[in-house]
Amino acid sequence: MMIKHLLSINQLSTEQIENILDTADSFREVGTRTIKKVPALRGRTVCNLFFESSTRTRLSFELAARRLSADVINFNADSRTSVSKGESFKDTALTLQAMGLDAIVVRHTSAGAAQRLSQWVDASVINAGDGAHEHPTQALLDLYTIRERLGGLDGLHIGIVGDVVHSRVARSNIAAMTKMGAQVTVIGPPTLLPPTAGSWGVEVTGDLDDVLPKLDVVYLLRIQKERQGEQYFPSLREYAVFWGLSLRRAGLMKPEALIMHAGPINRGVEIASDLAGLDRCIVADQVTNGIAVRASLLFLMLGAQHQGRVSG
Amino acid sequence: MRSILFKNGRLVDPASGFDGTCDVRVSGTRVAEVGEALSDAAARVIDIDGLVICPGFVDLHVHLREPGREDEETVASGSAGAALGGFTALGAMPNTDPVCDNAAVADKVHAAGVAAGYAKVIPAGALTKGLEGKVLAPVGEMVTGAARVRMFTDDGRGVQDSRVLRRAMEYIKGFDAICAEHCEDAGLAEGGQMHEGYYSDLLGLKGVPAAAEDVHLARDLALAKLTGVRFHALHVSTAGSVELIRRAKADGVRVTAEVTPHHLKLTDAELSSFDPHFKVNPPLRSASDVEAVRIGLADGTLDAYATDHAPHAPEEKESEFELAPPGLLGLETALGVMLTEVVGDGVLSLPEALKVMATNPARILRLEGHGGPIVEGAAANLTVFDPAVVWTVDPTLFASRSRNTPWAGRNLKGKVVHTMFDGTLVVRDGKLVKETQV
Repeated sequence: MMIKHLLSINQLSTEQIENILDTADSFREVGTRTIKKVPALRGRTVCNLFFESSTRTRLSFELAARRLSADVINFNADSRTSVSKGESFKDTALTLQAMGLDAIVVRHTSAGAAQRLSQWVDASVINAGDGAHEHPTQALLDLYTIRERLGGLDGLHIGIVGDVVHSRVARSNIAAMTKMGAQVTVIGPPTLLPPTAGSWGVEVTGDLDDVLPKLDVVYLLRIQKERQGEQYFPSLREYAVFWGLSLRRAGLMKPEALIMHAGPINRGVEIASDLAGLDRCIVADQVTNGIAVRASLLFLMLGAQHQGRVSG
Repeated sequence: MRSILFKNGRLVDPASGFDGTCDVRVSGTRVAEVGEALSDAAARVIDIDGLVICPGFVDLHVHLREPGREDEETVASGSAGAALGGFTALGAMPNTDPVCDNAAVADKVHAAGVAAGYAKVIPAGALTKGLEGKVLAPVGEMVTGAARVRMFTDDGRGVQDSRVLRRAMEYIKGFDAICAEHCEDAGLAEGGQMHEGYYSDLLGLKGVPAAAEDVHLARDLALAKLTGVRFHALHVSTAGSVELIRRAKADGVRVTAEVTPHHLKLTDAELSSFDPHFKVNPPLRSASDVEAVRIGLADGTLDAYATDHAPHAPEEKESEFELAPPGLLGLETALGVMLTEVVGDGVLSLPEALKVMATNPARILRLEGHGGPIVEGAAANLTVFDPAVVWTVDPTLFASRSRNTPWAGRNLKGKVVHTMFDGTLVVRDGKLVKETQV
């Protein structure tokens, strides 16, 4: 039985995660066809409700829904302008509720926004990123991508490097990866690692060189440039020296180890430009797989009970 | 003059230490007689068998929103809610619009309290003009005005500039008033949404570390020692603060402190729901902080139980968590929370609970006629409550104009039956006696 809303990766059992990833295989194949479309969600309506601009995530969800033949509408509202217009979040939700949508994909700057929304609408709510809280579909597509390359998650050692404190990608991925049997180490300056991260079942360290040779996957988190003005670290240059994946550092990695990043990449900060083009750097695979995994999720949440099959 | 005779109640008077079955006769605005088996053929007799009669409660810390946000609360609606909660005196915080930083506003709030007639409303004055922490507010004119302001604070924030606070303390001491502080280091708390700890890390909400309160309070206590002012710590929420106050008291610093109902029970785990009704400042802390403030209240380190009643319009709480303003209601649930969660958990005995709800806060404000003792000639500010009745919190029934309670739907034990303010029954059988427009 699939869940009604996807707000947090913690809602999903390992079986449900495996089901989503297995089903995504079918949609991966659909994505290679000339006619990239199946009728699974014909007549259903999916709304992309974005209170924070994110072109790539919105496009990925839009393509996923369109490949299932769903109707897609986009509602873009900066959280601040919406408030200044005087419409509360609840009223926006009730307006969408009145439109009779089947699913709402919500991206918001505020943690918990997807959970709040799910209390006010009948539609299935999919969290496409809420503040620094969670980004569960990113974690699912990352699991899929790792599984595709390495066969599975169980027993892998994955390093997540950088700004864990402000990262919804890190929170969802840590929960998802450890649930699927991987060992996770978070690495970064102490200011960007949550003080209680040790209680999440992960190892915590500041020494990237020390841990790199042991890793099967190095997952780099985006450093937002404004953080250097907030005294989290002295400068981007110093950040790159200690926690950037340089050519020298890449040489410490196992030859088969993968490099991942949720994008957009700051070349020269999180990762040396030359490394971004290597086969082991699978950022493009993450993007491609994102569409298939999101299609799988929409299909399982909205359509599986009606259609029963993907082909068509 | 017609009398009212409360018969067969359990009189608990923390000011005298009395706890036993006893009748109380009130004549005019005063207590006329206290004793066993009183009779007065002319008196209106109210049988309170099975109920507790005690001094009216005193809340050092409420936000009545008048002037400025009368959609959320008024002096009349807030004091009506207070009466229903058993309170006969309220300290109204100055963060109104305009700010209560002059005698004109203070006297207006005071006059509105007199006009409403539910409880004594004593405005607290701002320490600094506009609560900006820069220029000392005219303390003297507020102390000597009709409102007789006796507590000064920039509540909602603390005074960040140590030099300004030092001068304010020295100046206030000259008027024998209280300097009260919302202890929060603005830099450490900037952007904070909840207590910093396990749950803020998990939820991705920016945390306010306990140290933001501790470092501010530590500085304030050093300055209180330096200046000799009477200092009051508002809404103490951390284990560190409790320990600092404990040491300062041992050191002879003139310090008193209050704790709220919610900080005595609720923890940061509540925030997992992302429900803004649990958003408050200072934030709900960790379980070990809750344990520490409970111990602090039990051992006398913390003197008073104060609600920090903070009404907010429904639409302000029906938003994203990060955009919702902090604050929650307290007046109409205070007794129930105290009896259910604090007395019920064995932290305080009933007489000790009534001491921190009535006697201690009345002494801190030097309020004549409040907090007991209930003796012949004392002003008749009395509360009668049922200590056993269990009720479910329904915010739509509040007299307050706002509904933002974290206790909605919870069962609480203990409810006010009668409240007498200056000899007048303002609440009878759990209902407001005079249905004035609130």
